[in-house]
Amino acid sequence: MQQLVKDTNAWACYDCGKCTATCPISRSGAAYSPRRHVLASNLGHRQEIATDDSLFACLTCWLCDHRCPAEVNYTELVLRLRELARGQGGEPECPHGGALQSVMRMMASGGTQQDRLGWLDDGLKTDPKEGALFYWTGCTVYYDAFFPEFELNTLDGTRAAIRLFNALGVTPIVSPEERCCGHDLLWNGDRANFEALARHNIKLVLDSGATEIVTSCAECLRTWKVDYQPYMEGASFHVVHITEYLAEHLDELNFGAGEARRVTFQDPCRLGRHLGIFDPPRQVLETVPGIELAEMGRTGANAACCAGGTWSNCDKFAKKIQVDRLREVRSTGADVLVTACPKCQIHFQCAMKDPNIGEEISIEMRDVAEVVVAALDGEETKS
Amino acid sequence: MTSVTVPKASTGPSPWEPRIVVFACNWCSYAGADTAGVSRIQHQPNFRMIRVMCSGRIQPGFVFRAFEKGADGVLVSGCHFGDCHYIFGNERAVEQFEKTMNVVKLLGIDDGRLRLEWISAAEGVRFAQVIDEFTEQVRALGPSPLVEPEKPMESPSSVDQDKEMLRCSSS
Repeated sequence: MQQLVKDTNAWACYDCGKCTATCPISRSGAAYSPRRHVLASNLGHRQEIATDDSLFACLTCWLCDHRCPAEVNYTELVLRLRELARGQGGEPECPHGGALQSVMRMMASGGTQQDRLGWLDDGLKTDPKEGALFYWTGCTVYYDAFFPEFELNTLDGTRAAIRLFNALGVTPIVSPEERCCGHDLLWNGDRANFEALARHNIKLVLDSGATEIVTSCAECLRTWKVDYQPYMEGASFHVVHITEYLAEHLDELNFGAGEARRVTFQDPCRLGRHLGIFDPPRQVLETVPGIELAEMGRTGANAACCAGGTWSNCDKFAKKIQVDRLREVRSTGADVLVTACPKCQIHFQCAMKDPNIGEEISIEMRDVAEVVVAALDGEETKS
Repeated sequence: MTSVTVPKASTGPSPWEPRIVVFACNWCSYAGADTAGVSRIQHQPNFRMIRVMCSGRIQPGFVFRAFEKGADGVLVSGCHFGDCHYIFGNERAVEQFEKTMNVVKLLGIDDGRLRLEWISAAEGVRFAQVIDEFTEQVRALGPSPLVEPEKPMESPSSVDQDKEMLRCSSS
């Protein structure tokens, strides 16, 4: 516990309560207080925190970390406290009946040959085993299968990314052996299964000979960049998000006239506040012909979160955060909400299904890669 | 006169037997199992049954948890269409089942390990048939690929198992 307090700088807390005042969950009315967890940690009240259900209410969106004047790393503290809690039988409420956690644990135990590449069509050039660039597809294929009622199209973003690689003359590795990165298990406090996934995935990329990993999912990005580090054992990869990759290669893409569209950008918490990647997605969007970027009031480091990143919480407060955010999206007058993380799409799509206010907050959602592909020369007629 | 063969006590490890989790609705399938029982119909004993109020309750998380914990097969059962105690609960069950099946296939678990059957309270014979058929099917597929051979699934008591299945399923 002492080590935990030291590592997360919790001791520096001067009890100002800015974290609780900032916290999107607290602000939407929940009886939830980050400050209380920091104080209890400082006082060494291990048992009290480990059995506190509200520990799993945290969105881990990093907003309080960003605003904390004493630079306490609350999100990291929550991550470690959840591990502690799990060791003592604590468990998140598991929205969706714990289904997604079970799927991840099944992947961690392995033993089966996944059938995860059915969405690859003939137009996409990929390699199942070897190459210089590993495209990490993430779990979009599972999400589209698991949420048929949302009519999700997170796989379109995945396909779009591969088309962009192909347009740049790159044949990325897309492996049938890829397993979930384990992000959500880690944030649910399950480090044992996370570690199994981490070791499998690191070995997979090492064996492929790839030196660069590109992800479309902001969570996979964080996991590869930060959370896999203890398991790398000397290996090192250049890990970038698809928006960073595109920002570097923008001048190599041949754009057509593009369709005039007003878009707004949702900063995923992992991409923005966790990793500080704010400019590349904007740079990409601004370069795409026809695209006009209209920013929301709360943007960049102040962006609101989609309120459901780690599959450990979902309630009326999360719904309120989503609805408020979507109202803000609509107020920009944008035609399209562009995101850089499939989780944002899932959670906003869920909010839009509200039978009473769905109409008021609905908007077309696209991944950054889809927007870029639609403006490529010769692509306008296809989309 | 019928002859009864008594299996010899073996000293080695017992041969593998399939472990099947059966989800049954309170009003039809569970009662169907009861009918099979009181009618003394013989059937395979390789399943553990979990009763829920309606097959519409059997969400993907239940089935995934069963597989995660080492089940070799999962049978979901409910009332026939038009017979549901809650009018349309079994239609919900179909939606949930399709979703479950999609993900099970993605995971690479053989689709023969998961089955949906409608069994009414009167169909004791049918219950026994379904169980026999499914048990044989799973037996032919062999042990679940998700269980590591050195770590066999522990067998909790049925009450613990019910609790375990429902532990993380609040929504």
